[in-house]
Amino acid sequence: MILGFARRWSLISYLIAVILTLPLLAIIVQAAVPGEAIFAHLLDTVLPTYIFNTLALMLCVCIGAVVLALPAAWCIARCDFPGRQLFQWALLLPLAMPAYVVAYVYTDLLDYAGPIQRGIRAVFGWQSPQDYYFPDVRTLMGAAVMLALVLFPYIYLLARTAFMEQSSSLQHAARVMGCSPWQSFWRLSLPMARPALAVGASLVAMETAADFATVSYFSVPTLTTAVYDTWLGYGSLSAAAKLSAIMLLVIFCMIGSERFARRKQKLFQKQAELNERDRYPLSAPKAWLATFYCAGLLLLAFLLPFGVLVSYAWQYFEVSWNHEFLQYSINSLYIALLVALLTAVIAIVLMFVRRCSPRRSDLLPSRLASTGYALPGTVLAIGILVPLTYMDFTINDIYAYFDRQGPGLVLSGSIFALIFAFSIRFVAIAIGSVESSYKRISPTLDMASITMGLRPNALLRKVHLPLLRKGIFAGVLLVFIECMKELPAALLLRPVGFENLATYVFQFVSDEQLEHGALAAIVIVLVGFIPLIYLNRSLEHNT
Amino acid sequence: MSTLKIEDVHSDYQGLVILNGLSLNIQRGEIAALLGPSGCGKTTLLRAIAGLQPISAGRISINKRLLSGDEHFVPSEQREVGMIFQDYALFPHLTVADNILFGVKGLTSAERQARLTEMLALVKLDGLEKRYPHELSGGQQQRVSIARALAYEPELLLLDEPFSNIDAKVRNEMMLEIRSILKQRDVSAIFVTHSKDEAFVFADKLALFNQGAIVQYGCAEALYSAPADKYVAEFLGEGNYLAAQVVDGFTVSTPLGMLVSTAPMLFDVGHKGELLLRPEQIDIHANGQGDGLIVERRFLGSNCYYRVLVGTQGYDVRSAKNDLALGERVHLAVIPHSLVLLSPAE
Repeated sequence: MILGFARRWSLISYLIAVILTLPLLAIIVQAAVPGEAIFAHLLDTVLPTYIFNTLALMLCVCIGAVVLALPAAWCIARCDFPGRQLFQWALLLPLAMPAYVVAYVYTDLLDYAGPIQRGIRAVFGWQSPQDYYFPDVRTLMGAAVMLALVLFPYIYLLARTAFMEQSSSLQHAARVMGCSPWQSFWRLSLPMARPALAVGASLVAMETAADFATVSYFSVPTLTTAVYDTWLGYGSLSAAAKLSAIMLLVIFCMIGSERFARRKQKLFQKQAELNERDRYPLSAPKAWLATFYCAGLLLLAFLLPFGVLVSYAWQYFEVSWNHEFLQYSINSLYIALLVALLTAVIAIVLMFVRRCSPRRSDLLPSRLASTGYALPGTVLAIGILVPLTYMDFTINDIYAYFDRQGPGLVLSGSIFALIFAFSIRFVAIAIGSVESSYKRISPTLDMASITMGLRPNALLRKVHLPLLRKGIFAGVLLVFIECMKELPAALLLRPVGFENLATYVFQFVSDEQLEHGALAAIVIVLVGFIPLIYLNRSLEHNT
Repeated sequence: MSTLKIEDVHSDYQGLVILNGLSLNIQRGEIAALLGPSGCGKTTLLRAIAGLQPISAGRISINKRLLSGDEHFVPSEQREVGMIFQDYALFPHLTVADNILFGVKGLTSAERQARLTEMLALVKLDGLEKRYPHELSGGQQQRVSIARALAYEPELLLLDEPFSNIDAKVRNEMMLEIRSILKQRDVSAIFVTHSKDEAFVFADKLALFNQGAIVQYGCAEALYSAPADKYVAEFLGEGNYLAAQVVDGFTVSTPLGMLVSTAPMLFDVGHKGELLLRPEQIDIHANGQGDGLIVERRFLGSNCYYRVLVGTQGYDVRSAKNDLALGERVHLAVIPHSLVLLSPAE
């Protein structure tokens, strides 16, 4: 805190916050404007189904992810079994897989013409689909399973950390008081890990709500696909905005419940970590069961789909390694880089003001700016199109007033919209990263600097920036990767004829030709590995 | 001429009064300790002087230059005060040399080098200028922070509990060393602590805090032997408090009999109060017919502590005589001194 910190800094941070919350405001305003025919029509016909599908999907994915993640998390945190060290980080790998790629691979394997069903038919001598029952993958439940397979690592990661942080003395106490390991799991470990599970589940639910590609590929209509179709199909921005508002309502309810679950988290994290020696030594059959479970999970969620991708890429390398692939990779790279640097600068400015300003009101901008992360890509895209098209029209009207040819859709129809959207969606990551770095800088360093005559800008340059270097770098890296992966916003906002890796891969998925896009998909997956390594390492250091 | 002048300063934080009408003057070259229990506002005052914390009323000035108050506020970076922090606040990304020269401005590189050499010699860290803070011991870090605070020649040095992280064995030595550095350079300093022992060793003057105000200010001896009230008396040392009534200008009547002061007391005849007797102000003699009984004895090295029961009242006595045994009968006598009569606590 610096008394007499110049107000122009506050002004800048508020300006940034307002610009970054513009889409959210646009959606709220649009939702309040009286409805038009299309929305009323949707409301009467398909909207209830969409809402039901969205909620059902969220619930199923959460349950599925918890069921998949919890045994693995507990075994890895509390037991010793062969391969524990490996699975500890390897179970994070599925996070790098785009769900729609996994969905594609399993559809290919499991549908009527796929190898599994062909094998079954060959073994039993069946001739047609009437002869036997086989579950259809391309359903809501199928989509839920696919999403759970790639999203369970969120819960695994948080639950594992929570289990590891539970102090051994508590476990000892429970054991002394006569709890078996199994009872102590139900009576102690699980209730204490509940806040972490709630946080993980809400992350999973938010990712599910934001998912566009998987449900679109499986033709399961949800609010997200509805937003997309309403804009691209009916061309109604206002109806799309109203759907987005419903979506936001769902998301904000979730964030509220997550905050509620998190309010006691501090209590749980204060305790000393679990001692290495306090892991349960498992008997041989149990230990192999644990190994088998983790290996199976890893195989289904990552190794199998990734293996299929690699084999596609190998077979179709000649076709895939072409000018388009290189061009779209470069597109992805430079947009991601630009956004990563931009968000880093924004994060530094906002957090610097937050740290130095003596005014309580200056806590707000960084919080406001972080709300963008809660907006699913499609919703964000609509929220951006509303103000940008308005501005485009205004610009062209001004040109027309002077009898000049207007520049067209300079904002909404260019990569500006894309960069704007990505920045809003991912600035929260950069802010979080810079914020946690700032927490490690003792406030007395600031006091020492300014008592030695440093002005605020010099404080930022000479003290904060050198010490924040790591946090800034981590933020840049994470934002970069998220930008490489983000699909729905890119689909809606890309200028005509512009593709990046994600849209390119999705194009092949929807055309049932992933073979040709496998190389691009592998690039996305490999880039996605980087944050996992970073994430795992930072957790290892903390715990 | 006074270096620091604090007049009727108030400060509150979220409706909580932290400083409540506080005034203090510090002379040039003087080291003052702000002493008090934690949460009494002493660190707040220190930060207010440095311009790191707002004040809601009052004035703070250094060398007649108004820093805070009367709608006027000089930012911290223009106050020219040095500050030494409890955690030293050394910049982890800078070497010892860069840390020390951090606040030094407007010198040629040769002059900077000379200043650095001088500072390193002063704090006895010659040869360590290329090290990073994490490569130093706690005491060395402490000395770097002192060199850093003195290198830019501030008007006033503020020390925020600088010795609390130092090992008890070397603490005294460290304090004396730093005190001599400050005295050598004639620097005025304010020093925050909650330990009376640190304050006695390090400071020239003590300001005893209670709930956001200074209860008493003066040199250590004055506060110890003539405390303004029971709070001060208790904070600075052990004591026996006897019900007493003034008989005449020099005499009071107490459970230990009539006691005569070596200096006149400014109370009316008949005034009732509590007489403070420090444990070392009571003399103890073995006496088979004495009315005192030793019920507790602790050997403390250079002296011995006794708990003596006279009738129903217990007395704490500290004496160089260490040959008295538990259960022995003794006689207590008050060593003549200027008696301190306190108003009874409410």
